[in-house]
Amino acid sequence: MLDIKDLKSRIGESEILRGLSLAVKKGEVHAIMGPNGSGKSTLAQVVAGHEDYEVTGGTVDYNGQDLLELSPEERAREGIFLGFQYPVEIPGVNNAYLLKAAVNAKRKHQGLDEIDAFEFLKLAREKMALLGMDPKFLNRGVNEGFSGGEKKRNEILQMAMLEPKLAILDETDSGLDIDALKAVAEGVNALRDPERAIILVTHYQRLLDYVEPDYVHVLSHGKIVRSGDKTLALELEERGYDWLREAATG
Amino acid sequence: MATEPENLEHLVNRRYEHGFVTDIATESLPPGLDENVVRAISARKKEPEFMLEWRLQAYRQWLEMREPEWAHVHYPKIDYNDISYFAAPKSDDDRPKSLDEVDPKLLETYDKLGIPLHERARLAGVAVDAVFDSVSVATTFKKKLSEAGVIFCSFSEAVLEHPELVRKYLGSVVPRRDNFFAALNSAVFSDGSFVYIPKGVRCPMELSTYFRINAANTGQFERTLIIADEGSHVSYLEGCTAPMRDENQLHAAVVELVALKDAEIKYSTVQNWYPGDENGVGGIYNFVTKRGDCRGANSKISWTQVETGSAITWKYPSCLLRGDNSVGEFYSVAVANNMQQADTGTKMIHIGKDTSSTIVSKGISAGRAENAYRGLVRVMPQAHGARNHTQCDSLLIGKQCGAHTFPYMEIRNPTAKVEHEATTSKISADQLFYCRQRGISEEDAVNMIVNGFCKEVFKELPMEFAVEAQALLNVSLEGAVG
Repeated sequence: MLDIKDLKSRIGESEILRGLSLAVKKGEVHAIMGPNGSGKSTLAQVVAGHEDYEVTGGTVDYNGQDLLELSPEERAREGIFLGFQYPVEIPGVNNAYLLKAAVNAKRKHQGLDEIDAFEFLKLAREKMALLGMDPKFLNRGVNEGFSGGEKKRNEILQMAMLEPKLAILDETDSGLDIDALKAVAEGVNALRDPERAIILVTHYQRLLDYVEPDYVHVLSHGKIVRSGDKTLALELEERGYDWLREAATG
Repeated sequence: MATEPENLEHLVNRRYEHGFVTDIATESLPPGLDENVVRAISARKKEPEFMLEWRLQAYRQWLEMREPEWAHVHYPKIDYNDISYFAAPKSDDDRPKSLDEVDPKLLETYDKLGIPLHERARLAGVAVDAVFDSVSVATTFKKKLSEAGVIFCSFSEAVLEHPELVRKYLGSVVPRRDNFFAALNSAVFSDGSFVYIPKGVRCPMELSTYFRINAANTGQFERTLIIADEGSHVSYLEGCTAPMRDENQLHAAVVELVALKDAEIKYSTVQNWYPGDENGVGGIYNFVTKRGDCRGANSKISWTQVETGSAITWKYPSCLLRGDNSVGEFYSVAVANNMQQADTGTKMIHIGKDTSSTIVSKGISAGRAENAYRGLVRVMPQAHGARNHTQCDSLLIGKQCGAHTFPYMEIRNPTAKVEHEATTSKISADQLFYCRQRGISEEDAVNMIVNGFCKEVFKELPMEFAVEAQALLNVSLEGAVG
């Protein structure tokens, strides 16, 4: 589904990704771990198409398409979803309105009719019940005045509504207390699907206690320095990142 | 992620949709202004002596006044002798009795503007007093209104048919010498609307006027007077568009509202005069005096405006809260794009006891535009228990525009409660990327954010107007990001 080869990217003058390769197949859950500044979030942003990041080398193939040729909105409509580390507030814009616009943008792209208001509400309520969210969420401004946990849960709701082929969740666990973490993890697990790939970007292994990955990759200095199964995450928890960092640079 | 949205800079390149000129012969006076011109205007309208006298006094007062320079706007000096002060469609002498008699070209123009007059009137139940250039050419639903005792006609007609009302109320809210532009308007006003709602009557429909400037080089001097007698209620809609021109056109309208005891007037405006091109060439100078007088106890006047057009807007719809317990409201969305300049706001003058006022102002600046909110809240010594709440928000799109807030407060009564809140925000690159990552195009995202920002004001507009306003905003900011 996603095949990244030797990807290099920089923001401004600083090079962040330095030849990263990663292959993700449908149905798989990958965890990308690594110390701060290793390029985890950059990877997420580059795949989503953030224009501040300049791609200086490598290729990204997404279901046979050259992903780097697509605009951010085209990537989204093609099924790529990024759960943001810091979801922005958009005051005055109704949460339901944004969601509906997003769902319809995708449907239009797929040649489907726009979803009508009734159908949309029904679907949204269903998904919210699944995530244990208060339906009042729909009528609030997008992330406006949301707590950290609410923002992250809102991201998961959007993911549930948009049913992406590839979901990248960037530090979805950061800043959450244990209850919120569990709720978010349950949401993610509910969306695990043989047709859907999920990439979890995380600094800590604790999310992986709740969402069990098929593969774990460790990123350091803009490259994947080690890949393994979920036991790699446990090893990292125990030994930290330094031994890998040394391995990478030494 | 938090970098400046470089790509927000390239703003609006869409051409003004309503920029066409209707080819109808107009019978204009030659440019220039003196007493003879004032007399000629009055004579053409076959006005009674009192009206001519009133105009002449205004003209003499205007001669002694100076053009105001305090507003945060810049424009080349206007040569008042270069303006023609009267233009009317040829059919003036033989005015149409129904739409069938209206010049088909005129109807075509309305169609281009998306105002199918009869359709709209029939479907929406709105009476339309359409002002084309300076003379009203069609007034509909008159019968239904007259059954309710409501007078809704062109100002010229009111001068002839209801001179006692005109005499009593004209200039009673905005005196002739109130300001330079009001004095000019008083001397040379061409036409406009007149509304009288009798005691205890709730106007059976929303009254609506579509204004349109057409003849080249013709200043427009509309005069509107609305009187809501005791216990009555009226909602009035004013919307305007103008054709594309290279010369600047001066528009100096005066609107006076009078609400007597227990009466309520809701006045809504969507203003879309030609704003000039990307470089600020052309465009309307919109120097308007709008004021409402809550003359009786428990009366209420509410102004709602959506200002997207004009090269320069200078406009402060105000309320004189004279009656005890009277209420004044001002809800405004002002958009300034490209080289547009807007200096707009309101004045709430608390005179009666327990008067209250609400101000919600939303300013949106894009391109190299300058948008200023200027508002005055004055509480007079006798206005015990006066309350005001002001909310003043600015939204910036791009880096070259400006937003300015000039709040004035003059509180002379210690029991007054006055609150002022102000915010300035930007459409950030992060917000746009967030929306795009959800599959929403950049343009739709901007529209969504802007409409969200304006929501509080839009909800004050009558339903059909709200839809129109939203669409207009989208057009005004189209290309604002990209």
